[in-house]
Amino acid sequence: MSTDAINFFFDRYGLTGGDIDRLLATALARGGDYADLYFEYKVANAVSIEEQIVKQAAKSIAQGVGVRVIVGNKTGYAYTDEITFEAIARAAETASHIARSGGSRQIAGVNVTPNTLNLYPVETPVSRVELNRKIDLIKQGDSVARALDRRIREVQSSINDEIKYVMIASSDGRLVGDVQPLARFGITCIADDDGNLQVGRAGGGGRVGIEFFERQMTPQQFAREAARQAIIQLEAVATPAGTMEVVLGPGWPGILLHEAVGHGLESDFNRKQTSAFSGLIGQRVASEMCTVVDDGTIPDRRGSLNIDDEGEPTTRTVLIESGILRGYMSDYLNAGLTKAGRTGNGRRQSYKHMPLPRMTNTFMLGGTDNPEDIIRTVKRGVYAVQFGGGQVDITSGEFAFSASEAYLIEDGKVTAPIKGATLRGNGPETLKHVTAVGNDLALDPGVGICGKEGQTVPVGVGIPTIKISQMTVGGTQK
Amino acid sequence: MTLQLTKEFASDIVDKAVKRGATATEVILRQRTEFSVAVRLGEVEKLKQSTDQGVGIRVLIDGRQASVSGSDLGQEAITSLIGEAVELARLTSPDDSAGLPDPQELAVTIPDLDLYDEAIKKLTPEEQIEMALRAERAAQEYSNQIINFDGGGFDSGHGSVMLANSLGFAGSYRATSCSLASVPVAAEDGRMQRDYWYDVRRKLSEMDSPEDIGVMAAKRTLRKLGAKSVPTQSVPVVFEPTVTRDLLGDIFGAVSGESIFRKASFLVGELGEKVASQRLTVIDDGTMPSRLGSRPFDGEGLPTRRTIVIRNGVLESYLLNTYTARKLGLRSTGNAGRGLTGAPVVEAGNLYIEPGPQSPEEIIKSVSRGFLVTELLGFGVNIVTGDYSRSASGTWIENGELTFPVQGVTIAGNLKEMLNSIEMIGNDLDFRGNVAAPTLLIGRMTIGA
Repeated sequence: MSTDAINFFFDRYGLTGGDIDRLLATALARGGDYADLYFEYKVANAVSIEEQIVKQAAKSIAQGVGVRVIVGNKTGYAYTDEITFEAIARAAETASHIARSGGSRQIAGVNVTPNTLNLYPVETPVSRVELNRKIDLIKQGDSVARALDRRIREVQSSINDEIKYVMIASSDGRLVGDVQPLARFGITCIADDDGNLQVGRAGGGGRVGIEFFERQMTPQQFAREAARQAIIQLEAVATPAGTMEVVLGPGWPGILLHEAVGHGLESDFNRKQTSAFSGLIGQRVASEMCTVVDDGTIPDRRGSLNIDDEGEPTTRTVLIESGILRGYMSDYLNAGLTKAGRTGNGRRQSYKHMPLPRMTNTFMLGGTDNPEDIIRTVKRGVYAVQFGGGQVDITSGEFAFSASEAYLIEDGKVTAPIKGATLRGNGPETLKHVTAVGNDLALDPGVGICGKEGQTVPVGVGIPTIKISQMTVGGTQK
Repeated sequence: MTLQLTKEFASDIVDKAVKRGATATEVILRQRTEFSVAVRLGEVEKLKQSTDQGVGIRVLIDGRQASVSGSDLGQEAITSLIGEAVELARLTSPDDSAGLPDPQELAVTIPDLDLYDEAIKKLTPEEQIEMALRAERAAQEYSNQIINFDGGGFDSGHGSVMLANSLGFAGSYRATSCSLASVPVAAEDGRMQRDYWYDVRRKLSEMDSPEDIGVMAAKRTLRKLGAKSVPTQSVPVVFEPTVTRDLLGDIFGAVSGESIFRKASFLVGELGEKVASQRLTVIDDGTMPSRLGSRPFDGEGLPTRRTIVIRNGVLESYLLNTYTARKLGLRSTGNAGRGLTGAPVVEAGNLYIEPGPQSPEEIIKSVSRGFLVTELLGFGVNIVTGDYSRSASGTWIENGELTFPVQGVTIAGNLKEMLNSIEMIGNDLDFRGNVAAPTLLIGRMTIGA
């Protein structure tokens, strides 16, 4: 429960509500509109198997408090990794220098607010499970992958997990907390067919307990997927180059949306008017088959949060509705500066970082087309079902994402596997060419890491099978 | 408490771990103080000041390895961390290659590589704000087509690293760094473009002036205006230094011991073979005074050194730490990297391509029709296979002249072929960071449009 986190910090570090109020007052002692304190205590673990032995086990414990002061559009920030009144007060004093107006502000006096959302009531967080139980899982993945094909030469399997306690106190009287578990299973296979080396990767997880990996998405499933991909790549032929029809499979290919429209719809870029989507609210930015949302309220998901890192409950924000741009994703600062509502998208990597508008789970709603029928409509194109990462320049709108498993479509049939190639497009334009949307919406299995201004946060993406009538494929065959 | 961290403190932790049952231990301590300011449109937007510290403890018990890290350096916390490490190490598998370096490989002297600049430590917030604003002003004043800024600012920091192990090694060094960047936005016909320029140094006196940085940022942004696509075709491709740096990063990934022992590199089995054009020489040097990639000892306490990775096209050395060296039956090249958590990785020192004889202008003049790439987008490089596919922006070359800006295309090929078809290397090696490269010309790549 949210109050668990609040009690955790008060008990462990001997702080009181009065202390919190005094610290916020210190932060605003030189003036300012708003201040918040972000308390964090995080335990993270990693264990991996490679060459059939458990090579590494690692654990890290980090704690600290970040103090932020906002004056108009300016932010002052300082942090300490010592959770004592004196150290936090020093950080608050440092952060307060952003304000020069003088004259302090009345603090509302914080009150505990229990969370309305309870998206990850995990019974057995992976971070609290004894190491041997995790080792069993990675060993299973390892042996299944090796047994699948004699050409699987190297396998690396790992579990990364963390549990994060956060408490956020703000000068508008809010005191909230959350306990945030996170876990990810990953497996990589190298296939070697007489010197032809290829790689396959699979993984997944979320804000889940150990039972998820023991019963729901098992090491065996991940191992089969990674091995399968590596083996298929052994047969891959050169990819065509140029503009053509592209069909994307469901799930992780939703990274298209994260790059094409996601970052471009973060409210800091739009407030600054540096995004290609600035000033386009109410305009058509996609075909009418496209409705794209960002939703932090989906249970168990890697990209979900009960509260964002500014203490605001997450929401489901409709970004694009039937092709029309409806809204941006906002944090406290930019919501205020643009006089828009907060959307619960204020996130930060840790107490050492300032919040920024970030995505949670970003996906397109399913349509009515049958995925097999979509493929049948393509005379010559590419069918891409797995991807690595992507990147975007939000000012020009240029984005790119790289396929790791893709096939030619010839006369409506999926034929040869092709070498991974980068697909590129332009944010406000590409989705206008979506001409079919399948009925098979899927979210990714729980592997997304998003980077922005040097901060990484876990995210989710999703998409049904879709057809884009024209997209540049970065192949080598003309 | 923010302790004054010393190598003796690190050695004490080593002793504690050995007493707790570790057969071997390695401890790293880091401390850093940072200041950063972000400016926009003549004003300060963000100010951040911080000090942080942390410890990483790697423990081996009869060949079984585990590592822990934390930011609480109090007695109790350290004792607890050591206990955790010892517990974890009981459950991992024995690994012959894991473990501390051979004692005779450890650094005996700790050279002073002049990595610390008192002038950076003395910088006031006001001075840093002023430099950031000067760069922005210079970019703004360069052209009235510069209509906005997406960012820009000044960062500075000073810190120290301490490493000790149970073989008796104890070393420390301190270092400073500062950086300045400007990110202008320009517009033409309702379309916006953004680019940036920056400098990053260990010494304030070596920084490019804020005005030079601002003007360069403006020029780079303006040259993207009016960009259009070109048809799908295969042509020679010229990489500007910032883009060649990106290619050098891919080469690093392929020669890193971590990729090689995992058979996850297209350069597996190629040691001693010709892997690139004989014009190409790639060097890694962790000993260059005052450079960003320099340190007196690597993440395991070995002396850093100058290693010729590729000499005239022949792969002469991988880049290795102790673990990967043992896996490959080779010697460490002093390229161990150490974060706080986890075992040592492989890290470059100062990695660069030796400059060639031609100027960038001569290189462009030699191309009758081709593509000067100035920016890449996406992560489409497969180090295992060498397959290469990126989204690209740049300038079209026609009859040896730069013509219109290009955007909205991809370039593709394979790193094996790309390296072997490097036809010209420029003399414009520009050290800006720890990876540096000049302009270079690749014979042929496929443009997708």
